[in-house]
Order: sequence, then structure tokens, then C-alpha cells
Amino acid sequence: MRCPKALTHRIVFHVAALLPLLWLLWDLSQNQLTANPIREIQLRTGRYALTLLALSLACTPAYRISGLRQFLDARRPLGLYAFAYASLHFLNFMAVDYRFDFSLIREDLLEKRYAVAGFATYLILLALAVTSTRGWRERLGKKWKRLHRLVYVAAILGVVHFLWQVKADATIPVIYAIAVVLLLAFRLPHLQKALRKNNSKIKRQRSKPQLKT
Amino acid sequence: MQKINPSEITPEHLYFSRRKFIVGAGALAAGTLVSFSCRRIEPAPPTGEDFCASAKATGSTDELGANLTSCRDITNYNNFYEFSLGKEDVAPLSANFRTSPWTLKVGGLVNKPRTYDMNDILSRFNQDERIYRLRCVEAWSMVIPWVGFRLADLLKEAEPLPAAKFVRFETLLDPDQMPGQKDRSFDWPYVEGLRLDEAMHNLTLLATGLYGKPLPPQDGAPIRLVVPWKYGFKNIKSIVKIDLVEEMPASFWMDYAPHEYGFYANVNPDVPHPRWSQSSERRIGELARIRTLPFNGYGEEVASLYAGMDLRKFY
Repeated sequence: MRCPKALTHRIVFHVAALLPLLWLLWDLSQNQLTANPIREIQLRTGRYALTLLALSLACTPAYRISGLRQFLDARRPLGLYAFAYASLHFLNFMAVDYRFDFSLIREDLLEKRYAVAGFATYLILLALAVTSTRGWRERLGKKWKRLHRLVYVAAILGVVHFLWQVKADATIPVIYAIAVVLLLAFRLPHLQKALRKNNSKIKRQRSKPQLKT
Repeated sequence: MQKINPSEITPEHLYFSRRKFIVGAGALAAGTLVSFSCRRIEPAPPTGEDFCASAKATGSTDELGANLTSCRDITNYNNFYEFSLGKEDVAPLSANFRTSPWTLKVGGLVNKPRTYDMNDILSRFNQDERIYRLRCVEAWSMVIPWVGFRLADLLKEAEPLPAAKFVRFETLLDPDQMPGQKDRSFDWPYVEGLRLDEAMHNLTLLATGLYGKPLPPQDGAPIRLVVPWKYGFKNIKSIVKIDLVEEMPASFWMDYAPHEYGFYANVNPDVPHPRWSQSSERRIGELARIRTLPFNGYGEEVASLYAGMDLRKFY
């Protein structure tokens, strides 16, 4: 039987993940997307995608620190939301901005490195989204884990994509770069080992009856 | 299994509150990260609504039939780093910018150096409306009904000496009024330059107005340069100094990123920016992307200035 608390958590989670999209739609309806709405949509969907990707990467470290299993469960939905926003970002570019004019798209997409990096990021996220189901996990077995390590590559490429299209103000992209670097550094093997030790300490403490002093 | 000293066991209440703290800290970090992906809650209301209420233009399209960009967009979407890097923040931040008294010093290699104030300028030179396209290097553009006069008329009054080859322009330096000038990653004040023949061209304007009214601060009040066949960053705003010089001036953007921004900066779909393409642009207010024209559509008037020049080399 599903615990009611867990259901509330899930509802809150999904509402929170959809909030940026609702906000964007609201601004669109109020014509509050600057004089260049297509560009504004591009920037915002991109930032939401990167943020959710970063949050997804923060789950495992958060679990190791806190021991809360909910963090592990959040990885897949966060990753899928990141992919969803990335898809909006990609579609805004292809359909709304360039209207599938492939001669124009070819010049931008294939020749400019920020666009190449973005496209590569999207392809990785697509592959990960498609193989995110239990069925695929079973089908791929050991290879699944290896494939899904590509999420680290996607995070790096995504940040690089963001940095490469900056004209003069690199503040926000640099913040994302630092966040991603920290999250990846966290996964360095020796850090992992150290935390695993800490985890087993927590587990042992939990299994022993608490002594009141 | 190692025996654990009872004193090492974390008391239950501390254990749970520590977890709460960690989760709380994590939520704070996540929230901070999330907030960087969100715009601020209240977008600044479009300023200059009074300005736009009485805006007037004699024409409704440019010479190619493209519609004028709305007054609201022209006065609320500005690249004016002296005030802010945010395009929508320039208007509110520059609302109290003092444009009077204002002096414009014309000097350098000239026979008759002179200092003008704005009354001089407005009375000595006939101000006409000119509808020009403005193409930003970021690949967006507008169609703007400027009010101004030919730069050539001002320069002729000063009588450039034969040694003069270039014209150098400088913006006001006043970090108290222009908070963006406190940002040391840029080399203030903003400087721009033109070759003498470009400066003397009929299309080159000193603009003093927009939509039939004096320039609002966010658009470069009280006087700015308009060179419609070049990228927007050449169109220096809030000018205080104009000098005739012998050496090619090093402009603000050439200083900032020399292999990305050159002196000539002619609009050219065939010469990409190193990191993005210039072959198309988004016309503000329009839905469809449009192909960029060589020299921003003014090729007939200006291409001859660059005959024989390799425009990939002289970008």
C-alpha cells in the first residue's frame, strides 16, 4: 500500500519540476518575454534543463550524506525533466526560430561550435531518456550503467555549450560550470569510498539500540 | 565486528536534526541553483510609456518595405553596458541620466576645433527623420526612425586637416550615473572609430532623436552615431568627444575581443562571428527569421568604399 506521505512528496516534486514551464507559459501569455521572446525562451529552457540535470547529479551525493533513499529515486525523474526541457529548447531552435530551414540550420548547427556542443548534449540526453525504462535496464544489463555514465559527459557538454554562446557576460554560465565541476568532483572514486565508509557507520549506528545517557 | 563506545553513538535527536540540516542545506543549495535559472519575479515595467505615447514617425516602413520596430521595443531592449548588461534593465537604470548641460568637443587634426552644446547642435544643423535598419552583432535587428543630421556636416565645420585619416568617438565617462562603468572587465569609456570616408558618407548620421522626439537615455541621449551598414556596436552612444586622428582608433570591442570584433564591422552574412553565424537575423517584433543582407541592405550606397578589400580579413 502506498504511503500517503510518499504520494504527497511525488506531487510536490512534479509540481516543482513543472513550475518553470508554467512560469514561462505565463510570461508568454502576458507578453513579458522581452522584445526578443524566441531568444528568451531559448535561454530559459536551456537554463531549466541544465539546472535539472545538475540536480539529478546532486542526488547521489545527497544520498551518501543523508542516507535518504528518496534522493536515489529522484534521479530518473529529474533526468527525464531535464530531457523534457532540453527538448523544448531544441524544438524552439529548430521549429520556432529556424522553422526547419535546413540551409540556415546547417550553417549555424554544423559550423558553430556552441551549436555542435548543444546538439551533442541533446543526443546523449535522448539516448539516456529512451533507455531510462526498466525494460531497457534489463535488456542492457551491465552495459546500462556504463551507458548512463554518459550523463557526466552531457553535463559537461551542456555547460560548455552555454559558455560558448556568451557574448560578454559569462557570470551565470560560470556559476553552472562551477556547480557541475563540484558535483563531478564529488564522484571521484576516493571520495566515494570515504563516504561509503561513513554510510556503513550510519547503518551500524541505526541497527544498534540508542542508549540514553 | 568492532565494539562501538556508547559515547560515540550520536544521540537520536541530534542524529535526526543533523539529517534535517543536511537536507535543508541541500534544499538551499538546490534552491539557489534553481533561482539562477529563473528570471526575477517582477519584470521591470516598460519605461518611457509617456515617451511612446507621443511617438511619431513620417513613414511606417523602411525603403525595403519592412515595418518600423515598435517604440516600446526600441526603448526597452538596449545593449548599453554603461548601465547594465541586461537589455531590459538599461531603461529603468538610465531614467535619471542628465543630458543637459551636455558638451560635445570636436577636435584633433582640424583647423577649427569647437565645443558645442546641444542647443548649438539643434539650431545649427537641420534635423531630419531617417528610417534605418540597425543590425546587432548578436543577430537581431530593428527598423528605427531616427531624427538627426549628417556627421559630414559637423566635420566640415571643423575642417579636417589633410593628415586626418580616421574619426574617433568617445562616450561620457561617469560611473556615478552609469553604474556599468564600475565593471573593470571592460575598458571604459566606450570608444569607436570610422575611416574618414565612412564618416563623411551621406548615410552616416549623428542622431538626436527617435520617433519624432529627443533620444531617451537608454537609446544614447542626447547624441549618438548611426552607421546603418555596420554592426550595432559601432553606433556609439552619448558622445562627448569627436576627434580627427591619423591612426586607426582601437575601439571598445576590439579591445575586449580582438579576434571577434574588428574595426570595420560591416554587416556581412558571409563572414561569421568566430562563435556564431551571421547569415540570418531575428527582426525584433517579427516572427520569421530573415536572411542578413550584405552591408545590412545598404550595399548599393557603400560597397564601393571597400572595393578591393578582403572583408574576411578586414572584419
